[in-house]
Amino acid sequence: MLELKNIDFAVKEEDGKKATKILSDISLTFPEKSITVITGQNGSGKSTLVKLITGLEKPTRGSIIYNGRDITALSMTERAKLGFTTAFQQPVRFKGITVKKLLDIASGRQSNLGQLCEYLSQVGLCARNYIDRDLDGSLSGGEAKRIELAMAIAKGGDVFLLDEPEAGIDLWSFSDLTNLFSSLRDKTVLIVSHQSKIMEIADNIVLLDKESAPVTGSREEMMPLLEGRSGICAARKGV
Amino acid sequence: MEKLDIDLLMKIADLHGIPEGSYNIRKDGKCLSRNSTSDIEILPKTDKDGIDIIVKAGVKGKSVHIPVILTAGDMLDKVYNDFYIGKGADVTIIAGCGIHNDTCGESRHDGIHTFYLEEGCNVKYIERHYGEGNPEGKKEFTPLTKVYVKKNAHFYMESTQLGGVTYTDRLTTATVYTNGKFTVREKLLTDNNEKAITRFKVKLVGKDSTAEVVSRSVARGNSYQSFISDMVGKNRSFGHVECDSILLDNARILSTPRIDAVSPEASLVHEAAVGKIAGEQLSKLMTLGLTEKEAEDTIIKGYLN
Repeated sequence: MLELKNIDFAVKEEDGKKATKILSDISLTFPEKSITVITGQNGSGKSTLVKLITGLEKPTRGSIIYNGRDITALSMTERAKLGFTTAFQQPVRFKGITVKKLLDIASGRQSNLGQLCEYLSQVGLCARNYIDRDLDGSLSGGEAKRIELAMAIAKGGDVFLLDEPEAGIDLWSFSDLTNLFSSLRDKTVLIVSHQSKIMEIADNIVLLDKESAPVTGSREEMMPLLEGRSGICAARKGV
Repeated sequence: MEKLDIDLLMKIADLHGIPEGSYNIRKDGKCLSRNSTSDIEILPKTDKDGIDIIVKAGVKGKSVHIPVILTAGDMLDKVYNDFYIGKGADVTIIAGCGIHNDTCGESRHDGIHTFYLEEGCNVKYIERHYGEGNPEGKKEFTPLTKVYVKKNAHFYMESTQLGGVTYTDRLTTATVYTNGKFTVREKLLTDNNEKAITRFKVKLVGKDSTAEVVSRSVARGNSYQSFISDMVGKNRSFGHVECDSILLDNARILSTPRIDAVSPEASLVHEAAVGKIAGEQLSKLMTLGLTEKEAEDTIIKGYLN
């Protein structure tokens, strides 16, 4: 189980004096063997939450507990080795590093074509067309995004943090993607998303809001509240 | 050959010993071994130190090795090599120089290379520079490479310096005629107090001539790099210069572009980017389980791959 306890996160303004709070007193629990979708308006701190759990950012207050252990001070590397696997919202490009090399780093072994095919076919790519290509600007946004997800699959782990994994991916591939995410249900899965098709596979939904505490509940409880903009307002008022 | 010679040849030319075909191996200012073939003839110069490499017209898929090694220390080796590439030939030339300097003094190699490419020929020129030995000793290279690319010919140059060279100041000039092509891929790594200056002067004189100079470099420690390119488009032509560099520690990189479209139909582009490794690249690799140091090494290795 993954728990966030009383998390605050603030960033300093350019003048270095004032600080802007992005997250304030957030306490959430993500049970294992379940998919939790985190949603909310732009600027509500969804991606920040992922960065805090990944270790890319450190909270200004509060703690992150994983299976009873306080991991707040652990580095990204240590968390990755502990079983945390992240797919970023914006795929990172590397000049001169091939897709194969990155998948090998992710899996921690030298994969053969069959294994590479297994990772890439799950995100709708043919391995032969990609493994020798650099993950650089020559790939489209959708291709880079799929490879970002393939790296997460290749790495494996126990806690999957997927930040808007559907962004930039064509709509007709959605069902394959949702099937892929569903196949991770035996892990602890957090997906940041606005898409109703992604929410449909969620066990739980967290609605983040800049102004008030997060609203959480099962998909059945949350979906009616999230239908349309007024729904989001209603959910907020219902707290 | 001694073991040291073989090690150096391996590093600069992937040679395990004497190569097949045409070759000229130079050691400490003297010819160690030479072989000519009917396709590629190597003749010693009579007026100065150096060789003429003559590739016959129409020769396809052949290669010639002309490595230089300096192991004596405290010496200056200056050599003039001229390459005459016949019409329609397609060859690979593997050059490069390795210096092993165990002294505290200066070891320097000045390679003055001139390439004359006849019409329709294709040349791949691979040059690696490498230095090792006493850290106090100087290992220096000041090569001058002049290239003349005639109609429909293509000169492709791969220039690599990945360590141990304390000082280099290299100048490469090219004159490209009708529909000719000049391509450079430079890879450079400097560390400690090393200094590297690379200069390119390209004249696109023929109609539809093209040039592409792409330099990727990494500067670490207290090293200094200067990249200077000067491209002139005198006809309907296309030129592209790209200087991409990663800075680490206290290193410094100066990039100076000059593009001169003399002809209104010339299209010339210069791109340059100098900066640290992007934080997001390190983060991504760390979320895959690498330490920060491992991530940095992976990025640099890939970048200079």
